[in-house]
Amino acid sequence: MGMGVSVREAIAKRAAQEIKDGMVVNLGIGIPTLVANYIPSNSNVMFHAENGVLGTGPAPIKGEEDPNLCNAGGIPITIVPGASYFDSTIAFGIIRRGLLDITILGAFEVSENGDLANWIVPGKIVSGMGGAVDLAQKAKKVIVLMNHTDKHGNPKIVPKCMLPLTAEQCVDLIITDMAVIEVTDQGLQLIEVKEPYTVEDVINATGAALHVADFVK
Amino acid sequence: MTKVQSIQEAVQHIKSGSSLMVGGFGGIGNPPTVIKAILESGIDELTLICNDAGFPHIGIGQLITKGRAKKLVASHIGSNPNAGKLMHEKKLDVEFSPQGTLVERIRAGGVGLGGILVDIGVDGLVAEGKEKVGVNGRTFLIEPPITADVAIVYAKKADTFGNLVFDKSARNTNPLMAMAGTVTIAEAEEIVPVGGLDPEEVVTPGAFVDMVVKSEGVNWAWAWE
Repeated sequence: MGMGVSVREAIAKRAAQEIKDGMVVNLGIGIPTLVANYIPSNSNVMFHAENGVLGTGPAPIKGEEDPNLCNAGGIPITIVPGASYFDSTIAFGIIRRGLLDITILGAFEVSENGDLANWIVPGKIVSGMGGAVDLAQKAKKVIVLMNHTDKHGNPKIVPKCMLPLTAEQCVDLIITDMAVIEVTDQGLQLIEVKEPYTVEDVINATGAALHVADFVK
Repeated sequence: MTKVQSIQEAVQHIKSGSSLMVGGFGGIGNPPTVIKAILESGIDELTLICNDAGFPHIGIGQLITKGRAKKLVASHIGSNPNAGKLMHEKKLDVEFSPQGTLVERIRAGGVGLGGILVDIGVDGLVAEGKEKVGVNGRTFLIEPPITADVAIVYAKKADTFGNLVFDKSARNTNPLMAMAGTVTIAEAEEIVPVGGLDPEEVVTPGAFVDMVVKSEGVNWAWAWE
């Protein structure tokens, strides 16, 4: 994504604050995966993996990886007490039934009404949607983690997505390298600005209208 | 009566041009020994049905890399650049389905249903060309079931009747594929006599399984190694 390790970690750390004790949470590939590192070890969060695990734990110690115990990205994991294994239809049954409290995903574009585009750039990135459509459409809360702008500096938060949508009006919260933005019925609400950026920097890097919350300086 | 066969006998059921379902997810749970036998044979022009395209040198990814497939039905190919390359060169026809819909279509095929009603993607690109139906005030896509000429799956343990037990997250799509093959070949790490499995632990009943072959184990290096 062209962002430094510390920026990725800062985004992941901020996202972790959204996760409360007892939640069932799915983390996408990339920065979202890092979020698990910032959850207090005594919290009872059940992380869900689309291949068929509820209750994934930290990465195993090097040399103790089990090829038959991996997350949806094919990366070795461990499990926590209370974990379960099931087939992929049950994994998606948990998603479709609305039992995920939060899903954390990446994005190419997010629109001001919360439309999400994150699976296809026609003619360029055509890797398939995987579980993104199911997750975006059905999780109770959808959090997007991404760079505020693309590598050319163009806004990724836009009035209307130009790319095909993953799901309509699904995004609840956007956490970027510059800001935290809520998607509300009244439009986008800027609730946090990250140092060293200013409110003006964020507005200039955003393609859609932003309402600046009173408490944001 | 035993369903245990040699790998050579079993692989004869897979013909060039067959539709072939392959259990697994990101390479994990792909049956390594059957895939190796397919690679060593001249079988090609396959229509592969799998969750994803694996990795270039892992699992089902090897069949794609070696050009043995003419079509792939999957939810994701991002982990295998060869799949994307062949798709752009029009040497591989790829049909995408959202992951949850894909696996449920396979389950539907396996259990004899006429299809599924699902609202995933009902307002987007996914819905293009698909029939819609209203039920209780909600709109659903009609998604057809999927079956295949042959399904190949990976199990931790099988008995000689074909009852299957899986291994942790390597269960993934395997029990679904096991039900949806006209012929199902189960590759097992361990084969036990009937009576050797606790009926409570059996995930796939042996009625769905036609052949059991002994696994020689994974013969590739994992992406994370």
